[in-house]
Amino acid sequence: MNAVRKEPSRFMVGVAQIGACGIFLLQILRAIPASLRYIGETARQVWFVGSMSLVIIMTCGLFVGMVLGLQLYYVLSIFGGTAALGTVVSLSLYRELGPVVTALLFAGRAGTSITAEIGLMRATDQLDAMEMMAVDPLAFVVAPRFIAGIIAMPILACVFNAMGIFGAHLVGVSWLGLDNGTFWSNMTSSVDVWKDVINGLWKSLAFGGVCALIATFQGYTTAPTSEGVAYATTRTVVFSSITTLAIDFVMTAFLM
Amino acid sequence: MIDKSLPGQEGKSAGDPLIRITGLSTVLNGKTIFDNISLTIPRGKITAVMGPSGTGKTTLMRHITGQLAPDAGEILIDGVSVTKLDRAALFDLRERIGYLFQNSALLTDFTVFENVAFPLRQHLTLPEELVRDIVLTKLQAVGLRGAAELMPSELSGGMVRRVALARAIVRDPMLIIYDEPFVGLDPVALNQILRVIRLLNETLGVTSILVAHELAAVRRAADQIYLIAGGKIVAQGGPEELARGDTPWTKQFFSGEADGPVPFQYPAPDYATQLGLAGDKA
Repeated sequence: MNAVRKEPSRFMVGVAQIGACGIFLLQILRAIPASLRYIGETARQVWFVGSMSLVIIMTCGLFVGMVLGLQLYYVLSIFGGTAALGTVVSLSLYRELGPVVTALLFAGRAGTSITAEIGLMRATDQLDAMEMMAVDPLAFVVAPRFIAGIIAMPILACVFNAMGIFGAHLVGVSWLGLDNGTFWSNMTSSVDVWKDVINGLWKSLAFGGVCALIATFQGYTTAPTSEGVAYATTRTVVFSSITTLAIDFVMTAFLM
Repeated sequence: MIDKSLPGQEGKSAGDPLIRITGLSTVLNGKTIFDNISLTIPRGKITAVMGPSGTGKTTLMRHITGQLAPDAGEILIDGVSVTKLDRAALFDLRERIGYLFQNSALLTDFTVFENVAFPLRQHLTLPEELVRDIVLTKLQAVGLRGAAELMPSELSGGMVRRVALARAIVRDPMLIIYDEPFVGLDPVALNQILRVIRLLNETLGVTSILVAHELAAVRRAADQIYLIAGGKIVAQGGPEELARGDTPWTKQFFSGEADGPVPFQYPAPDYATQLGLAGDKA
């Protein structure tokens, strides 16, 4: 018999990580009532992660909208349907691109920052110090950032959508000469608030929760070394991106 | 400050030890840290815990405060078993304990003032003027009232330790654990911090545990010393008694000699073999 215990496979380590992340989510949910007394900290985090991501969201939203306007104008012109440009761009943004691209950008910008911040708190014993002062770090540090992610993501997605439509308008109307009235009227008549806009916001809420959960989990459980924090921030981007796209598929299938 | 005795533990007499540890055993990463040790920390006294580096002094403090569960044994604080407390009860207990971390663990995004005020603001609803007065009093005691608005990153190592000390004592707890309080202090600061530690003990009757290596300072502050090595308590007694060094452990530890039961070298293969010199004689 082999007396040495076998190292768990990478697959099993992955499964254990998912389980630990699930337990961590339950712990956060349990800490939320206690975190309500830190409402100021939660508001500060909403401002922090929101403002932190605003410039990148606005810039990317503008360029995504401009590219969409250009590409879709070309495709629609094949069928003589360029009048539908506003409709197609807005549906693409509201239903899919807005929530998804915002989540990917959020993971790269705010998610990594949350992971690094909490990870450094772990590495410098600040989380242990809070525990020793009878302050629950889940309520004081983690829950406000988790809630902030859920609040900020839909708002950022709205900004992304607005900038995207503005970008498509710039290309379609100002540059390629589409009629301004046609662009807007086709859009407003085809886009349904509940089916398109709100469904997109549901996705944003889910992505906000998932990205904030992964960012806080990676930071909270990081190895207390500089290399550990570096790996944790990388994992935040990788896992957030994969999970966002996977959840997007599932939600799209259910919300269709 | 507020007297917040644990339920059923009011009115303990001064003769009872505050902490009673029995049969404590711990194995971490396959290494035996404690092998069935028992000790008591008397109320209102300063007890020093000394021993070679890596012998588990900080681990013992983590056991006492419930940060780490031992593999076996019982830890009673004020008659309550720490290992059996749930999280809420553990937090209630910790509100009565001040802990100076080995690496200070100041909150880096808060100013010195906010760091010291943190435990007060989290647990008590006090008028801001009172919080200010308490914090400034504690900062004055550690000589850093003038640094109240600085950030931790602007302080020297010794100053950071003094801020951490002010934070540990800000609520006048029943038990203060000082993990290496003298590291990085110049002789003036060290003297003043010693005076603060003794003053808290004499005026408020605070029970203190002092983890330190500075023998001269420990001799001046401590009422009793435990010397831990190799997972066991190898000596215990008053500072003068131990300093006389009538056992091999105390003799070597307090005189700082390389030869003796306390190893200087971390376990390693033969030096000559590792350097590739073992076969040269042949």
